[in-house]
Amino acid sequence: MNAPSNLKYTKSDEWFDPASGAAGITDYAQSQLSDIVFVEILVDEGEEVTVGKAIASVESVKASAEIYAPAAGKVSAVNKGLSEKPETLNSDPYGEGWMIKIENGAAGEVMDSAAYEKYCEGRTH
Amino acid sequence: MTYIPISPQERDAMLKTVGVKTLDDLFEAIPAKRRFPKLDLPPALTEMEAAAHLADMASSNENVRQDLISFLGAGAYNHYVPSVVDHMLRRGEFYTAYTPYQPEISQGTLQAIFEYQSLMTNLTGMEVSNASHYDGATATAEAVNLAYAQYRGKRKKIVMSPSVNPQYRAVIRTYSQGMGLTEVGDEAGNHEDGPEVLMSLIDEATMLVVVQYPDFFGRIYDYKKLIDTAHEKGALVCVVANPTALILLKTPGEMGADIVVGEAQPFGIPLWYGGPYLGFFTTKKSYVHKMAGRLVGETVDVRGNRSYVLTLTAREQHIKRERATSNICTNQGLLALGCSVYMSVLGRQGLQEVANLCYQKAHYAAAELSKIDGFGLCHPEPFFHEFVLCTPKPAGEVNQYLLDHGVLGGYDLSTDYPDMQNHLLVAVTEMNSRDEIDTLVALLKEM
Amino acid sequence: MATIIEPTIFELSSPGRRGVTMPASDVPTVDLPAKDFLRSELPLPELAEVDVVRHYMKLSSFNYSVDGGFYPLGSCTMKYNPKINEDTCRLPGFLFTHPLQPIETVQGNLALMYEMQDWLKEISGFAGVTLQPAAGAHGEFTGVLMMAAYHKSRGDTKRTRMLIPDAAHGTNPASVGMLGMSVVTIPSDSRGNVDLKALEAACDDTVVGMMLTNPNTLGMFDENIEKVIKLVQGCGGLMYGDGANLNALLGIVRPGDLGFDVMHFNLHKTFSVPHGGGGPGSGPVGVSQRLADFLPSPLVGIIEEGDDETAPLYGFVNPKNSIGRMKAFHGHFGGGLVRSYTYILMHGPDGLKDIAQYAVLNANYLQARLRGTYRIPYDRICMHEFVMEGHFEGSDVRALDISKRLMDYDFHPPTNYFPLIVPEALMIEPTETENKDTLDRFADALIKIAEEAKSQPDLLHNAPSTTQFGRMDEVKAARELVLCCWLPENYEA
Repeated sequence: MNAPSNLKYTKSDEWFDPASGAAGITDYAQSQLSDIVFVEILVDEGEEVTVGKAIASVESVKASAEIYAPAAGKVSAVNKGLSEKPETLNSDPYGEGWMIKIENGAAGEVMDSAAYEKYCEGRTH
Repeated sequence: MTYIPISPQERDAMLKTVGVKTLDDLFEAIPAKRRFPKLDLPPALTEMEAAAHLADMASSNENVRQDLISFLGAGAYNHYVPSVVDHMLRRGEFYTAYTPYQPEISQGTLQAIFEYQSLMTNLTGMEVSNASHYDGATATAEAVNLAYAQYRGKRKKIVMSPSVNPQYRAVIRTYSQGMGLTEVGDEAGNHEDGPEVLMSLIDEATMLVVVQYPDFFGRIYDYKKLIDTAHEKGALVCVVANPTALILLKTPGEMGADIVVGEAQPFGIPLWYGGPYLGFFTTKKSYVHKMAGRLVGETVDVRGNRSYVLTLTAREQHIKRERATSNICTNQGLLALGCSVYMSVLGRQGLQEVANLCYQKAHYAAAELSKIDGFGLCHPEPFFHEFVLCTPKPAGEVNQYLLDHGVLGGYDLSTDYPDMQNHLLVAVTEMNSRDEIDTLVALLKEM
Repeated sequence: MATIIEPTIFELSSPGRRGVTMPASDVPTVDLPAKDFLRSELPLPELAEVDVVRHYMKLSSFNYSVDGGFYPLGSCTMKYNPKINEDTCRLPGFLFTHPLQPIETVQGNLALMYEMQDWLKEISGFAGVTLQPAAGAHGEFTGVLMMAAYHKSRGDTKRTRMLIPDAAHGTNPASVGMLGMSVVTIPSDSRGNVDLKALEAACDDTVVGMMLTNPNTLGMFDENIEKVIKLVQGCGGLMYGDGANLNALLGIVRPGDLGFDVMHFNLHKTFSVPHGGGGPGSGPVGVSQRLADFLPSPLVGIIEEGDDETAPLYGFVNPKNSIGRMKAFHGHFGGGLVRSYTYILMHGPDGLKDIAQYAVLNANYLQARLRGTYRIPYDRICMHEFVMEGHFEGSDVRALDISKRLMDYDFHPPTNYFPLIVPEALMIEPTETENKDTLDRFADALIKIAEEAKSQPDLLHNAPSTTQFGRMDEVKAARELVLCCWLPENYEA
């Protein structure tokens, strides 16, 4: 699994980029869900989100998940193209698979990549 | 009578393997003082006795094939069901199978549902059909669930036509108790209005507009303008349609409807005192993820055979649990099959014959009834196989008089619309001969 | 290009072919409505009757069914469906009665429904029963609506949390979700019972109630059931019983006697309504006295009492604080109620108890035969079903592989991956209508498969190999979403 070191991670498997404000789901999350066939972003541009608010709903062939805001702030952008190509979440979760951008987002309880990798390893065994 | 295929000797051997002495020993987890209650039920009958008993009960009814001439519709219709339909439904391979969870050994059910979905989308002019709902009323309630989920609770208003089947409206009220919805449009007293009255009620808070086609009073409207208005405000439109009428009429899909639902009982399902019936649900592809109910999609197996599976299951209750659009976990599988066999064996031309007979006979009946002094059609709009007859006396009295002469006259509309005392809803299908219609006319002339 | 084993009904169509024809019209012809009102085309198939019969016969041959073999699908109660039910439900007096006929003309139907309400009350120990719900999930929704209405009627508005065990069917939380309530998950303890400590901690004055399947989806009768009910009701909550597993309790214990407030029946499981490839079901609901006024309307009641000479007049009555109507008309009368009525009538009180006893015996017998080969996480006397784990130390074989391999032995697989709290779950419910030989053959097959898992795991990974179809590409189905076939190529408008 892959967890870039410039990002922060939540226990519920979202990532947050403090530099750009972008957020999405981690590589670990997409591999657990397997083939993702549906994404719905639940917030609109301009909306204020709090940490833990449901920002997206994802369905794969076998599972479904709610995605929660890793940071609080104003939603400055929503990845509208994602719903057309939900498989992007499998192929590029940290790039094209970003879900929303949170302006001046104040992160909630997050880990760095090393801690997150350890956290994931603990769950697979 | 028992269906347990285990001899006493086998039972004892099995108990020994389990490690207990008697059958009763298997139930020690159950609180002792509640264990083995004596049930006050009639003693068991043999098959021969049960068959006779049920035949007695059934024959104490007056039915619409042997005992009564019927012009009763209002949501359930007396149509001819070709013999082959029930022969197929009686195949144990179909009726004793369960939900096709294991596609390798359920392709019969899966392909049949796929074909049902195809038949319904082609009939309604829509893009997607699910595997069916309990009945027309609950299918309409599921349209409300879809719209609610589509707007994620941000729009909470329904514009409801007063000429949607009153039982369907009642079911929607029951279903939506926890959603905090407001419903406008179906206030008592405005049932004479056409769809244009609804247009002014649609606003940016409206999630769904619900109309019926033909409406509960049998009237045919082109809803295109209404649908365009709703779409301008961002609202969805659900059309509750009669499948027999759709054989002939412009499809709701062509008018731009977002959801087309209805009761498919007229397509091969007996009246059966109200159920089980078949709720069909069709929509546009863009709403498929918010649609409740099972869905079958095409795929291939590892050997390269075209085959079918339940698909998009992650949106359903067993995976999405409390976040699912609906809790539904079955469809009306066997009846969807019956509907498909009905549509297939009549085929395009046979269905057109059915629709044409309904139309012609209903119009003959309407014309003859209107000639009677004091009677007349209540509405000027075109109709298909059902119309409202204005009667000189309360419809309830007319019905009682007709029943005394072995005729079910129709549906007394004052049951649901208190100010429609002298309004009788009359349905005519291919099952009504000219003689039957003439009998009705003659009886009312003499009344 | 994929190989087509059986074309669709659209592909079989040929323009101009005719099946059943209708009689000519016997009334003067009038014009159809103006063209604007008419559809321009009707893209539906055209076939002869024999084409239709051969097509559906072919499709039927692709199905596994209870009539064809052993179908131990846990939680679904796939018992044999007596053939006589198929005849009684098709008696013309039932088949051809319209749901809106005057009550005087359908006294046979109403008497049957009235008796059915009474019998279900007697079997379950409840004070009231509605026959209206169309299926188990529909019954659940009905029950939850009544629970909400009960609290509301008492001005008790802060109750918004429903307690649901971790082993519950997905329909339980989904029913609750439809009412906007929240779900509180209660864990199970090491014996498969509700964890009493967790339950106690969750019970407070915001609890609507608890939804409990008992026996639960592990096949275990909760050994503390009376304590569980006391805790929930002690904090003002109502106790919902999911009747999915009622087959184990007929004549054994009545949920109403245990203190449950509401429970749905699954007539298609317990009372032999055939499953029909996924429906129609039938889901009547029973309630205790305090919920009786909230039942859906209408119920069947006696309008005029009878005497020795004349039968009573049956009709419809509306409960005082009814939650309203759950569906059009009166429930699944013909396909559901008549079949179940026939079934109960032929069993009587002793026959019903036999059903439960032999259902439980068969499950325990299979559990005993498979213990040692498969890990059974909650190992005690089970009720009508049990759950075992479909995986082995040091092997990559999974429950899914075992299930698929069972098809090669001509068995329908058990329910797999449910309940969620058991890894690689295989949930086995044999029902009472299987003989010892079948159970032995099934156990032998599973024991053989366990050996194969070690010696020839690819046999399992690649299973099934003897069936007409192999494993399906579910990702392709979900990604490409081909949900219907379109016009046949040779279609002429």
